[in-house]
Amino acid sequence: MSAFAEATVLITHEVGLHARPSVKFTKLAKSFAAEVEIALAANGPWFDAKSIVKVMAARAPKGTMLHIRASGDGADDAVRALAELVRRDFDEGAGHARTA
Amino acid sequence: MPEPLRLQGISASVGYAEGPLFNLDGGTARYTGKATAGEEKDALEIAITSATDRLATLIESADDEAAGILEFQLAMLQDEALTGPAFAAIRSGMPADMAWRQALDAEIAGYDMSDQDYFRARAADMRDIRDRVLRALTEEQESAAPAGAILYGEDIAPTRFLETDWSGGGGIALKAGSTASHVAMLARSRGVPMIVGLGVVSLGSSPADPDGLALLDAEHGGIVLAPSKAEIETFRRSSSSFAARRDKAEVYLAKPAVTRAGTTVRVQVNIADPSEVDGIDIATCEGVGLMRTEFLFGKAPPDEETQYRAYRKVLEWAGNKPVTIRTVDAGGDKPVPGFTVAESNPFLGLRGIRLSLARPDVFRVQIRALLRAAVHGNLKVMFPMIAVIEEFKRAAALFAEEQTGLIARGIAQKMPPLGIMVEVPSVAIAPEAFLDVAFLSIGSNDLTQYVMAAARDNTAVAHLNSVRHPAVLRLIGSVAAFGLREKIPVSLCGDAGGDPAAISALLEAGLRDLSVAPAQLAMAKAAIADVTV
Repeated sequence: MSAFAEATVLITHEVGLHARPSVKFTKLAKSFAAEVEIALAANGPWFDAKSIVKVMAARAPKGTMLHIRASGDGADDAVRALAELVRRDFDEGAGHARTA
Repeated sequence: MPEPLRLQGISASVGYAEGPLFNLDGGTARYTGKATAGEEKDALEIAITSATDRLATLIESADDEAAGILEFQLAMLQDEALTGPAFAAIRSGMPADMAWRQALDAEIAGYDMSDQDYFRARAADMRDIRDRVLRALTEEQESAAPAGAILYGEDIAPTRFLETDWSGGGGIALKAGSTASHVAMLARSRGVPMIVGLGVVSLGSSPADPDGLALLDAEHGGIVLAPSKAEIETFRRSSSSFAARRDKAEVYLAKPAVTRAGTTVRVQVNIADPSEVDGIDIATCEGVGLMRTEFLFGKAPPDEETQYRAYRKVLEWAGNKPVTIRTVDAGGDKPVPGFTVAESNPFLGLRGIRLSLARPDVFRVQIRALLRAAVHGNLKVMFPMIAVIEEFKRAAALFAEEQTGLIARGIAQKMPPLGIMVEVPSVAIAPEAFLDVAFLSIGSNDLTQYVMAAARDNTAVAHLNSVRHPAVLRLIGSVAAFGLREKIPVSLCGDAGGDPAAISALLEAGLRDLSVAPAQLAMAKAAIADVTV
């Protein structure tokens, strides 16, 4: 069983990894036991994906390649689920971007 | 009796409100320090829990949009990365209120400094979190605004917005604020009139007046404090005509603008902040007729990258449709620290292109950002406050020089068509000197104030400040005729373009190209449909 996993995913959400998406992102990250981190470049700096303060501090706008990595129990699942959330545009329809 | 005071800002949510002014920036109660660090820690924990509970209660009754905003604040409050530094400061002997304020202010500063509108706008949420906990610490109750009041202050917290009962009317007028803030989004979706960016002004005694009646015109972005009887009457007429026009206009938004006689009119939008385009469907307009760039110069001249990103965002949003960006029009009533100069008569002084040419160090940065952004869409650039052709030639020469520099460095760039604003009467009277410009854009606000010698921000001479005065209309007509004869496109981008009362006269003067505030788009199209030209 792998104790380390990573993935890279393009942020397509209109306003990036911003207030509402970051709430969903950190909530999902916290549901895994593994340590999860994100970065805007392969060589870091890395931010704790379970902390909304840190995720917001990453300042990831639309068009960013988001690097996600995890280590420990369920690392694979965590990375897969989080990358999937970003790909699904955080489950927000086009309607959100319009009111923004 | 206090003198009427008229303030101008930017519309963040269109509509009209009339009511007493309510000052949001009241004093905060004092926190009583505790004896030990342990008690300080307990006090902060209790305050955070109380703030958290209050948010959770608000979320229960909130709709989706509001809940999203509140959940963000809740997640922040529950994050040890936010609260940790405050508890650490308490352990080293700091009182709870100071520790919390210091920790949050450090976090807020990070948001304030962001070059992305979206992140910068979150500073208001962080302040809300800070103040909510501080109020819990001091057990201070927020005083409720009277029904129908116009909330006035530096900025407004999202929870304050959500806790206010808007059913009886009312509105928001902010000295700072942002059209991209959570409150602005909420205000737009709930139809609460709101203006931002009024700037730092001394209100004298007027807001302290218990009856301090204020008139909020969030269609044009203005507010009048201590209004006269005549102003109240005019305001009520505009307000009811707005309500009627809005209902009627919605059906016109998605349609092309065509007069009753079948003449097609191109209608574009004016924007002041790139985030405004997020709320506009590009299919409803023909592009951007005026993108102001002063907002970028708020605190100091911005760097090239910041400008480039702002211009590119709007160009990409517009796709193939044209975006006309006006080089910075600082000076006049728009001072920029470190750039503009103090003058006794700023409207007739070093403003617009005059200031840009006097400060080529600042101007060249904007020029490079524009040349680079041009590859991302259909960019046009225009210069404000041109009085003589030499100013245009000097500005165009700077564009050519910077283009050569970018080419030498192998940086992608494109020379946009260069045009001018027609707002100084010398240009409107003798346009034949300007055969070399790519296009002319009439700035009706400044042209009117210069032709009538009536300042736009002075209510005492407001009756003179009319674009429909024959002298102003005659100049607009002759500029339109000149453009037609010389095959130079002429448009108009002042407030008159969105004023249903003026549209008929503008079309009769020969204009077929208007640019209006986004909030006026539907009503401008509806008014055009009524014109017989």
